[in-house]
Amino acid sequence: MSFVLVQVIVGGLLLGAVYALFSSGLTLVWGMMNIVNFAHGDFVMLGMYVAFMVFTLFGAGPLAGAPIAALLLATLGVIVYFGLIRDIMKGPMLAQILGTFGLALLLRYSVFWWFGANFLSLPQNIVGGTFAVFGLRIEASRLLAGVVALLVTLGLHLLLTRTSLGSKMLAVAEDSTAAQLMGIRPDTMQAIAWAIAAGATGLAGALIATFFYIVPTVGETLGIVAFVTVSLGGFGSVPGALVAGLLIGVIEQLSAYLIGAVYKDIVVYALFLSFLWFRPQGLMGKS
Amino acid sequence: MRRLLWASVLLAAAIAYPLLFSTPFHQRLGALVLLYAIAASAWNIVGGYAGQVSVGHVVFFGCGAYAAMGAYAHFALSPLVGIPAGIVFAVAIAAIIGVPTLRLSGHYFSMATIAVAELVRLVVTNTDYLGAAVGLSGPTVPRNVFDLSFISALPYYYLFLAILSLTLLITWWMTNSRMGFYLRAIKDSERAARSLGAPASRTKLYAFMLSAGLTSVAGALYAMMFGFVDPESGLGILISVKLLIMAALGGAGLLFGPLVGAAILVPLEEISNNLLGGSGAGLTFVVYGAIIVLIARFQPGGVLALANRLWERRGKAAKATLEAGASHAP
Repeated sequence: MSFVLVQVIVGGLLLGAVYALFSSGLTLVWGMMNIVNFAHGDFVMLGMYVAFMVFTLFGAGPLAGAPIAALLLATLGVIVYFGLIRDIMKGPMLAQILGTFGLALLLRYSVFWWFGANFLSLPQNIVGGTFAVFGLRIEASRLLAGVVALLVTLGLHLLLTRTSLGSKMLAVAEDSTAAQLMGIRPDTMQAIAWAIAAGATGLAGALIATFFYIVPTVGETLGIVAFVTVSLGGFGSVPGALVAGLLIGVIEQLSAYLIGAVYKDIVVYALFLSFLWFRPQGLMGKS
Repeated sequence: MRRLLWASVLLAAAIAYPLLFSTPFHQRLGALVLLYAIAASAWNIVGGYAGQVSVGHVVFFGCGAYAAMGAYAHFALSPLVGIPAGIVFAVAIAAIIGVPTLRLSGHYFSMATIAVAELVRLVVTNTDYLGAAVGLSGPTVPRNVFDLSFISALPYYYLFLAILSLTLLITWWMTNSRMGFYLRAIKDSERAARSLGAPASRTKLYAFMLSAGLTSVAGALYAMMFGFVDPESGLGILISVKLLIMAALGGAGLLFGPLVGAAILVPLEEISNNLLGGSGAGLTFVVYGAIIVLIARFQPGGVLALANRLWERRGKAAKATLEAGASHAP
């Protein structure tokens, strides 16, 4: 295998870890409440803008921007849950899709209106340049994003499977009435799930803000990436999202390198549609 | 019978409108309302009646628009020739998306339609035959009346009115056919409908294909009126959004819902664009987003459903007072 190809694959894995991080938020909410957040990609977009604002206001890099973005987005997640999701959850499918889709438009075009449609970017060297590992040239910002995203995704998996909070959330996902009888408040658990899901997007957005283009409509593309990841990994499964996210990151970077940058989104969308045709339950889902 | 009366009053008002408001601005506005009402009514068949929220209807819109302009640009034919071609493309694409996704939960369908819309937009933007990012133009100087290139909006207005009436007739006919009954049963409970023998997937697919074909006609008409199509105006995801919000605001699953929605939103957008200029583009969609959220949260049935309910309540109240009065009578 050529050396450049290895370089491209490593880049894909690092980006894929970030995809996995924000997709696990989507899969958590979907698996637990059977609701799909069409504004998920726009939450990531907000995370990017928070990182941008933190830099322009305080001159601080993603080490400060990421926790702030995570906190702000988690708060937004709770607000969205109590203000909108809790009510439309019980409503018809049309109301569910309209609700989160309208939220996506609201967020996307509020940012558009405020910041304009121009591409923004953070300085390249904000996390300290590029260095070589075994001869591979890796940007520090991408390495930081990939490693942090991987650790947080794994942490999220442990939180859901190994802690009492995770068990409670699982119980609500299984049967919220039964959970209520056991003394668990479904409302609180679902609000926590929204906080975690939105916090993950904020973190992911702030992490990629250092090397991704920042534009109000980026959420649309990222939202589709999250959806592809979740449907590939099987909904409700964080490990599935992790594997699928890494895979999509690699496929995207490889097709950008081999076919051309314009076609990387085309490849991902086509992959998604072919998956819907042949394996709608996802890579790890049961048929 | 009363519905027929209402429909004829509405039609008469629509025919009279451009004669009463004869300025170019009002005629153009009226034509745009009717055009969006056609597309939103087409969306309503699958989104409202079948309950499958498509966010990719712009693909079908684009099929019609590109076929109409392509017929002129590549074959020097009347854009009208493109209409049947557009319908064929749209129905074929609907079948390709619909067969796998309509078996799955509604969310998959919505997301798959977004992915298809973006996929088609990206492919067209990189295809030179379809004009790439610049798009295709129609006849600038009409060779004859079949080029459908008019300076005044009036001919478009009546053409759109005729097509809208046809679309609503087809929709009405569909709701009263066996297919309409199946769709209603499926929307209430797909499992129950299946167990009673309604062919759920097939019925939803037919509704999707019918809706796609009608949407492509709207796209062709749009391209004829504006004389060109490019990836943004023919395949941009925001067009899907507009159709969806018009139907939902007016009342998804109601015959006149999309028309009511278009009659509210198109003037709103024109006015806000006139007042705010180019900088208002973002703000218009902020308002759109807020309206969608509010409908979903408080009034998922739309304006028309709310009006119906108020009307019935008033009717009941009037009846109640009447009965109360009657019982008190000696």
